[in-house]
Formats: sequence, C-alpha cells, structure tokens
Amino acid sequence: MVKPTRVANNIRALRFAAGELTQAELAARVGVTRQTIIAIEQGKYSPSLEIAFQIAHALGARLDEVFSYPTNGDPA
Amino acid sequence: MAEHQLSFEEKIAWGGLIVAIVHGTVYLSVLLTRAASTPMPETPYVDALLWSLGAGILAMIILSIVVSITTGEEGRATDIRDKQITARAEFTARGVLVAGALAAMILAMLEQDGFWIANVLYLGFMLSALLETVTKIALYRGGVPAW
Repeated sequence: MVKPTRVANNIRALRFAAGELTQAELAARVGVTRQTIIAIEQGKYSPSLEIAFQIAHALGARLDEVFSYPTNGDPA
Repeated sequence: MAEHQLSFEEKIAWGGLIVAIVHGTVYLSVLLTRAASTPMPETPYVDALLWSLGAGILAMIILSIVVSITTGEEGRATDIRDKQITARAEFTARGVLVAGALAAMILAMLEQDGFWIANVLYLGFMLSALLETVTKIALYRGGVPAW
C-alpha cells in the first residue's frame, strides 16, 4: 500500500527524549486524540501546520527537528 | 497492525457498516420473498421499506448510546482528524447518492412505477451509506492520503 504521506517524523524518539512522554500525555497537551498521535507517528496522517507546531512546542523541539519532508531524489 | 486502537468514530463506523448490511439484506429478503408470488412492480414494499429505514435509524441510535457508555469519557473525544475523515467519506459517497437520485428522476420522467422509483432511491441510500462507512474504516486503518 502506498504510504498516505511523505512527511516523516521523529515524534517517538523525541517523546522519549522529553522524559518518556506518553502518547496520551502528548495528545492531551496538543488537544487531539491519542489515536491521532499514533497515526501521525506511523506516518498515516499528515497534521495541519498548526498541530505540527503544537506538537513541536509540546516536545520542546523545533518544527524541523520533529518533521521532515524529502526533497526530490531523497528517499522518504 | 500492532498499535491500532479503535477510536470512538471508528467503532461507530464499524457498527454502521453492520447495521447497513443487516437491514439492507433483511429488506431485500422480504421484498424477494413477496415478489415470488406477485409481479415485481405490484409487490407490496412500503411497509417493509419504512420498517427497514426506521429499524436502521433506531439501531444506529442504540449503537451510539452503547458505544458511548462502553467507551468511557476519554475515548469519546473526537478531533480534527475525525472531522477530516468524516468529510472525506461523505465526499466519496456523495456520488453514489447523486447517481441514485438521477436514476430515480429518469424513472419518474419515463413514468415508471413508484415501486421502481422508491427502490432505486433506497438502493442509492444503502450503497451510499455502505461506501461512506467502508471509506471511513479504510481511512482510519490505512491512513489519510493528502488531497
């Protein structure tokens, strides 16, 4: 199956770096459901820019540390 | 899928799929049983169709209440992803609904029996509801592709 989004993320690693933040805690801080955090981590859902910024703030990271997008020629 | 937990809306979608299949199958069975003894356009269908629609609506209300009670307050939360999935599923199914309405309009212009017009509309509703729930489930499980 084709991956729904080419946006890659480091949320899982950053959650552990931020004191083993759980998916539920991150979801509560961002104001989305835990299922949405799971979907974003698995690359099944590309969040809006607003939610992406909120996730970055909640993880104490810059947006480009959390999310990346392959340029032409780069693997996803 | 190792980490797939059903959200409230996905549970409702699964329930809706089962309800749509069951009440569509029951209605079709009743109609075909009756049609065995009378020509199709003269087959009594109004009571069966109304019961089918009423039972389907009632089943969805009961399903929503049961899922709400069993899910717990935190699990009932919905967010922007749920709204996007619902919108995408409705958009996908709308074509079928419109096709059913167009078919009914053509049958009316051809002065066909009310039996055919009502049942084509019913078929449009059923197929549209089925496609909507299947699309929702596919988006929840497979992911939401960009437009």
